[in-house]
Amino acid sequence: MTAAPPARPAPASPARRRSPPARRRPFARRAGGGQLRLALLLLLPAALVVFGVVLYPAGRALVISFYDVDSPFPGRYPFVGLRNYTEILADQRLWTAAGHTAYFTAVSTALELVLGLGLAQLLAAPLRLRWLFRAIVILPWALPTIVNGAMWRWILNAQYGVANALLTELHLQDGYRSWLGSDPFLALNMVIVADVWKNTSLVAFFLLAGLQTIPQGLYEAARVDGAGPIRSFFRITLPLLVPNIALVLVLRTIEAFKVFDIVYVMTSGGPASGTQTITFFTYLQAFSAQRFSSGASLAYLTVIAILLLALIYLRLLRQSELRSP
Amino acid sequence: MRASLRYRLFIHVAALATSVVILAPFAWLLYSSFVGQTDLVSRPMRWLPEHVTLDRYREIFAGGGTSAGAAFRSAMVNSFLVAGGTVIISLTVGVLGGYALARLRFPFRRVTLLSFLVTYMLPPITLIIPLYLLMSRFGLLDTRTGLIVVYCSLATPFALWNMSTFFGSLPVELEEAARVDGCSRLGALVRVMLPLSKPGILATALYAFLLCWDEFLYSLIFTSTAQAKTLPVAIAEFTGRNAVDFGLIAAGGLLAALPPVALAVVFQRYLISGLASGAVKG
Repeated sequence: MTAAPPARPAPASPARRRSPPARRRPFARRAGGGQLRLALLLLLPAALVVFGVVLYPAGRALVISFYDVDSPFPGRYPFVGLRNYTEILADQRLWTAAGHTAYFTAVSTALELVLGLGLAQLLAAPLRLRWLFRAIVILPWALPTIVNGAMWRWILNAQYGVANALLTELHLQDGYRSWLGSDPFLALNMVIVADVWKNTSLVAFFLLAGLQTIPQGLYEAARVDGAGPIRSFFRITLPLLVPNIALVLVLRTIEAFKVFDIVYVMTSGGPASGTQTITFFTYLQAFSAQRFSSGASLAYLTVIAILLLALIYLRLLRQSELRSP
Repeated sequence: MRASLRYRLFIHVAALATSVVILAPFAWLLYSSFVGQTDLVSRPMRWLPEHVTLDRYREIFAGGGTSAGAAFRSAMVNSFLVAGGTVIISLTVGVLGGYALARLRFPFRRVTLLSFLVTYMLPPITLIIPLYLLMSRFGLLDTRTGLIVVYCSLATPFALWNMSTFFGSLPVELEEAARVDGCSRLGALVRVMLPLSKPGILATALYAFLLCWDEFLYSLIFTSTAQAKTLPVAIAEFTGRNAVDFGLIAAGGLLAALPPVALAVVFQRYLISGLASGAVKG
């Protein structure tokens, strides 16, 4: 549950729209230099923090990726140019990990979106005890990711897990099976189950926020015109939710692409490296093998991949906004 | 009318089914934390336990020395201090900077705003290697201070963005009225904007707190002893090492989940309005 919200275009615009007329107001005369100085003063702490812990390290990481740094101690390390990149790109393990990451990202994001759409409808529906239902749905989201992973690991335990007990007693499976320990593909899917169980809530609440901005009058008009609930969902709800859907897709895709903690606690990347994701592979490369430079080049490849994903989504988002005025 | 009745029946059944899917794993965790070990590892499953015990909770709250309980308690304290410290720093910085970005006009305002936003999207794995090398040089590895510094890289860009969005959504007129009455810009920020921004500040603080409470990768790399280790790392270790003591893991996991879950349920409204205004964390 790390943060990566992109711009939501709407809220920034009111301030921008107001700015030209404001210039003509009495205080604008004192603007200019005074405002600049105040702005610098107010932004200084932010700039210090962001430079110190984000920009400088990001720059260092780029430099490190061109050297061959193999210990945490300061010293002289040989410059190797792009060799870290070419080596890591030729490494089969990277492509295996990339495959797992792509599968995890695509499947978990798709499931969370579809289930989240349904759940958002339910959260908005005229339920009795709606407050209680909302409080229940918010629970998985608040549950720390590591606790979620540990919980599912226990539920799916090969010898004593409740999933095995339940499924066996209901005769849905022949006997106890190792959900996380033998078949890599099964283990990856189980990690997805745990992730979807937790993050569908977030997606649903996010879409609920968009759902509540749709005027009820539209649905009534559709009903008068004889449209059923399914039709009005596809003709009204879905098109009007497109911006929210696009945004939540960007968010979840980027988060899922960086997945690390739930994999660490559920499977530690196993069995047979079958659940190793890119971040997990980078972590191993940098901190188990102490190949910091190789890790840094991997991290930059991740950044490039995430940027590409974000660009594709933003383009899709813009196109969809053009289509629905 | 019949269709409406059917619809109401359908949504209530669906809500009930969803609640069961959500609550069942929680219930199992709760059950596992109270039920005796022999019941937990019986095969076939004994659905009605023979022993109920408070031993895990006793161990966590009172276990001394090198016990798992002592490790858990120090991790709980570390998590609170680190999350609290990060929230205070990033919120202060975020309120000041966010106000400047939302209200003041200066060259490169949009560029500054966007560059803060981009820093927000950098995956932690990119920053972690240089931060590790830096912290080992400054002796900040395995300290709570070091962890607070690092967590600011997550929480500050977020708080900045969030607060500037929130300030931007407040009407300019109120602030101008205060300034006509003789308030300085800073005076208007403190006396008018801040009281109006309570929901925004609360939502930002909550998100930042949850973010820090949940963070795992940095803590895993930057801490190594009870001195600074946070809860997620302690729990991951329990899970790895005490692979047999499921009850203890369940009890620890529940206690670790209690603060964020309580906050989320109590402040539900603020969290949801935070989502609506574009502030999100995944």
